[in-house]
Amino acid sequence: MEFKTLLAISLGAILANNFIFSQFLGICPFMGVSKKIDTATGMGAAVTFVMGLASAFTWLANKFLLTPFHLEYMQTVTFILVIAALVQFVEMFLQKSMPSLYTALGIYLPLITTNCAVLGVALLNIQNNYNFIESVIYGITGGLGFLLAIVLFASIRERLAFADSPKAFEGFPIALITAGLMALGFMGFSGLRVF
Amino acid sequence: MNIVYAVLVLGILGAVFGLVLAVASKVFEVKTDPRLPEIIEALPGANCGGCGFAGCSDCASNILAGKAPVNACPVGGANSATKIAAIMGVESKETERMVAQVRCNGGTNAKKRYEYRGVKDCTAALKVGAGPLECAYGCLGFGSCVAACKFDAMHIGDNGTAEVDRDKCTNCMACAAACPRHLIISMPAASSVVVPCANKDKGVAAKAVCDVSCIACRLCEKNCPNGAITVVDNCAQIDYSKCTSCGICVTKCPRKLIVDLSGKVVANKPQ
Repeated sequence: MEFKTLLAISLGAILANNFIFSQFLGICPFMGVSKKIDTATGMGAAVTFVMGLASAFTWLANKFLLTPFHLEYMQTVTFILVIAALVQFVEMFLQKSMPSLYTALGIYLPLITTNCAVLGVALLNIQNNYNFIESVIYGITGGLGFLLAIVLFASIRERLAFADSPKAFEGFPIALITAGLMALGFMGFSGLRVF
Repeated sequence: MNIVYAVLVLGILGAVFGLVLAVASKVFEVKTDPRLPEIIEALPGANCGGCGFAGCSDCASNILAGKAPVNACPVGGANSATKIAAIMGVESKETERMVAQVRCNGGTNAKKRYEYRGVKDCTAALKVGAGPLECAYGCLGFGSCVAACKFDAMHIGDNGTAEVDRDKCTNCMACAAACPRHLIISMPAASSVVVPCANKDKGVAAKAVCDVSCIACRLCEKNCPNGAITVVDNCAQIDYSKCTSCGICVTKCPRKLIVDLSGKVVANKPQ
């Protein structure tokens, strides 16, 4: 039944409990880096990558550092420390060892060191009592949900740029309204039942 | 006792991460040429793409690799070229400041075939029955060039055609690439006499579609003391290597089409 649980977690993270549209985490890169599909894809890929890694490392930190010392109340501060250090390390590692991946993701990595979606996935993993595999899957699919949301949003915004919207709604206001409408659309997925 | 654990765990964790990052920054150090950030600093940083590379840092790495000249950046002009030349240790050639110029002054003077009320973009307007203008060469005035300009130098003027703010223009020519009618040329900022028309039709046809069109009468060509102005394809064109901005053509043009942007020479009233 392991596989079914993982599938349920994945579909939940991508659609029903989408990080942006139903949990409202990671809104700042969602609004900030969604003017063009190219950059939105890069940002989404970088978030997916970091969320997967962060889930793994924070789960380990919680299991082997915080739980033995009964320090669960320090999850937030510890996770921020772990994620920030991890992203810094990964950035340096990529620049040296995988320059092609670095040129694709590099400029986005520093932007998401303390992203709330990344911290959110780490805390939710613990809250939901996920094991290691489930945590990593939840992190990666949560990132994919973010990627889906930001790419959809960017493709709408590219067209919005040409729309003749009322003066008061030009730019960010109309983008926020669009995001709200998309969130309404994604609410439809909450009726989704897996098994 | 609990607080001691908390302080210890977090303190040790922080120290370990600090050490790991410090070591990693040495182990994974990527050697970059120290001149690269200096060149990026000397460039304007607008990422306009006027040089033909993908942004300023790409231009800088190409200058560093010797694939682009030190004056590759049209925007920074002589100022940044001199700085980069100093960094690269080569002499910079003086570059003359150039600005963009729109070859149309039609707008409200040009006849319209229909009123266009679609997406405000020249390429989009052209798709609807080849555009709302009778003139097949004129500026549509929907501001594709204005949107392309990164320096706020392009505006739609009172008469409905695009105008260049010469003080702000950096000659990056992003507007020229955005103009579907290819109306925007680059000319020396020192020259002020321009022929704002690009109509290649013969006199009668050109006159029928616009009040300020060039009818290829060749009066300017005959009267120019320097031989700088010639009629090519039924439209007057100025060779700025010869033009002295004397303004004789401005006074001679029967259509009052040729203008002196500096305002020193004003066209006579038409006879």
